[in-house]
Amino acid sequence: MKHFLDITNETCPMTFVKVKLQLAKMDAGEQLEVLLNKGEPLENVPRSCEEQGYKVLSNEPTDHGKHLILVEK
Amino acid sequence: MNIPTDKKKISIVCFSGDFDKMVAAFTIATGAAATNREVTMFFTFWGLNALKKDKGHIAMGKSILAKAFNFLMGGLNNLPLSRLNFFGASPKLMSMMMKQHNVATLPELAEAAHALGVRIVACEMAMKILEVEQSDMIEEVQDVVGVATFLNDSENSHIIFI
Repeated sequence: MKHFLDITNETCPMTFVKVKLQLAKMDAGEQLEVLLNKGEPLENVPRSCEEQGYKVLSNEPTDHGKHLILVEK
Repeated sequence: MNIPTDKKKISIVCFSGDFDKMVAAFTIATGAAATNREVTMFFTFWGLNALKKDKGHIAMGKSILAKAFNFLMGGLNNLPLSRLNFFGASPKLMSMMMKQHNVATLPELAEAAHALGVRIVACEMAMKILEVEQSDMIEEVQDVVGVATFLNDSENSHIIFI
């Protein structure tokens, strides 16, 4: 099952917090698509996911300077 | 899931009950917990106000002095700004500005800290002075501890004093 989370309107620390809480609700093997802004969220959200043992499957730029990452729990 | 077992630890001493400093404390706490750190927040002195179950101006304690102090200090909804407080108007204006800029407000940050499992402990000594009981505080307070317990628990932690 694939979940989606848009954190482009969030600021630190809620960017990480929302991703962490969403991942906590999911089962192992499920995927989460996260739409995020460049800068702090793009630099740190994928890294913190990997540090917690999750797999970042893709990281692609979208329109208007945003990025879409796909994380597997 | 492959989560590392040697989690980094952070302990935050919440001494100041100022609105802006509590925002800073909860921002660091939630940011750290969301990035896989083990976080403890130790509330002492003025910081205890942020843990009171009644978030407004309520007298608590047995002695007249404790009742007066607790009434005047209030709870999470009455924390003063450390500068330019303007008799309590500024924290409300600041919360409005935080909402306008999509920045999490203090109650939202506190809620996130609880959801992320940040460990909340209260200082036994400060509670004794201010005559605040554990039953006067929010249920998320996991323990009432002294400084020795806090230091033991924080043995391999970064300690931040706010």
